[in-house]
Amino acid sequence: MLAVDVEKRLGGFSIAARFETASGVTALFGPSGSGKSSLVNMIAGLVTPDRGHIVLADTALFDSKERINVPTHQRRIGYVFQEGRLFPHLTVASNLDYGRRMCGLAPDPAETQRIVEMLDIGNLIDRRPGKLSGGERQRIAIGRALLMRPRLLLLDEPLASLDAARKREILPYLERLRDEAAVPMVYVSHHPGELRRIATSVVRLDGGRVAAMGGKELLDEVDADTL
Amino acid sequence: MLDLTPDEWTAIRLSLRIALVATLVALPFGVAVAWLLARKDFWGKTLLDGVIHLPLVLPPVVTGYLLLIWFGRRGPIGAFLSDYFGIVLSFRWTGAALACGVMGFPLLVRPIRLAVEAIDRKLEDAAATLGADRPWVFLTVTLPLALPGLIAGFVLCFAKALGEFGATITFVSNIPGETQTISAAIYTLTQVPGGDAAAGRLVLVSIAIALVALVLSEWLARRAGMRFHGE
Repeated sequence: MLAVDVEKRLGGFSIAARFETASGVTALFGPSGSGKSSLVNMIAGLVTPDRGHIVLADTALFDSKERINVPTHQRRIGYVFQEGRLFPHLTVASNLDYGRRMCGLAPDPAETQRIVEMLDIGNLIDRRPGKLSGGERQRIAIGRALLMRPRLLLLDEPLASLDAARKREILPYLERLRDEAAVPMVYVSHHPGELRRIATSVVRLDGGRVAAMGGKELLDEVDADTL
Repeated sequence: MLDLTPDEWTAIRLSLRIALVATLVALPFGVAVAWLLARKDFWGKTLLDGVIHLPLVLPPVVTGYLLLIWFGRRGPIGAFLSDYFGIVLSFRWTGAALACGVMGFPLLVRPIRLAVEAIDRKLEDAAATLGADRPWVFLTVTLPLALPGLIAGFVLCFAKALGEFGATITFVSNIPGETQTISAAIYTLTQVPGGDAAAGRLVLVSIAIALVALVLSEWLARRAGMRFHGE
């Protein structure tokens, strides 16, 4: 599905990571500062690797040898950021619709309806992001990314800014997303409990390197105190 | 209430037209320069910043004189414009608009630049992941988020243009019906015996226009700001 093999130097820190993902939810797992977010930004095209390649479903998004670097806006990769990053000047409805418009897709009211219902955001549609709760914002951010019909969905610590109750509120939606939607996901987190519920495979990172790849058993090997 | 003579109405209409045209024409340039200064590092950036702010610190007469030398009929830019485009600026209301636009430009750029600098660029990244290329990111994210700065810059530039006197009178003189703005008309009236009543009327009109512009901008800015923070 997604094949990543990249090197990147960021100040005194270097990333050299190689991993592949299948369909389902791939967890990028590791302590803070292990390079998870930088890797996801490279997949999205927001950070350019120094060397290597990123291939999604047989299409090269980045290849330093072939001098390929598909710009972010042409990658069709949905990205759910830790802080949501909803557009404050647009209503929830316009936020949800933004990706579809920018990608030049025809309106699909049935699909919009399905995702609005799946995420339970129908009652928020006319509001603006300023007054929404953190959990509501994240649900809209997920909907916004899905409605652009992405080839891949990146979620970078989507629950990190939420309290325990809000996390419990969002997790079922993410599980439903995994079970209903055909879109593969890369899910960044340093929280094994969250990943145990959502992940189908795990890539463990440490110090910018891939420490291990495998199933959910990798989440148990890590001592709770290293997280 | 105010019994204005036709000549006074002419000066008022002319002032409003000159100020509005000056500000509207300056606006796209102001946005471009503000964006460049806020976002880009390039050779000569400090110089550009300085040149833009010059009209703020130079005596207006100097700015007007420089405009006369460059944009007058015999000036290098003025001759080019009149030979190839038939545009004559000297001693025309269009020249007054140019003088007012130049004088107001630093006041236009500054709030827009500050507004662009204050924008969270992560929102622009988010727009890119959603499929927006750079021009669309600018139009749908950067520009709307900078709107309060645009309004503030527009009003400041417009107010400056309305009140501009020194550069305008130096460049395009004080011709009733062509380049005589409210300020120039007031100045003329104070130079003739018995002009006080007419000058007083125009002073009241100036104050009224300024107040309306300020209240309107405050209202617009609050509306724009409200959109970001609530329903």
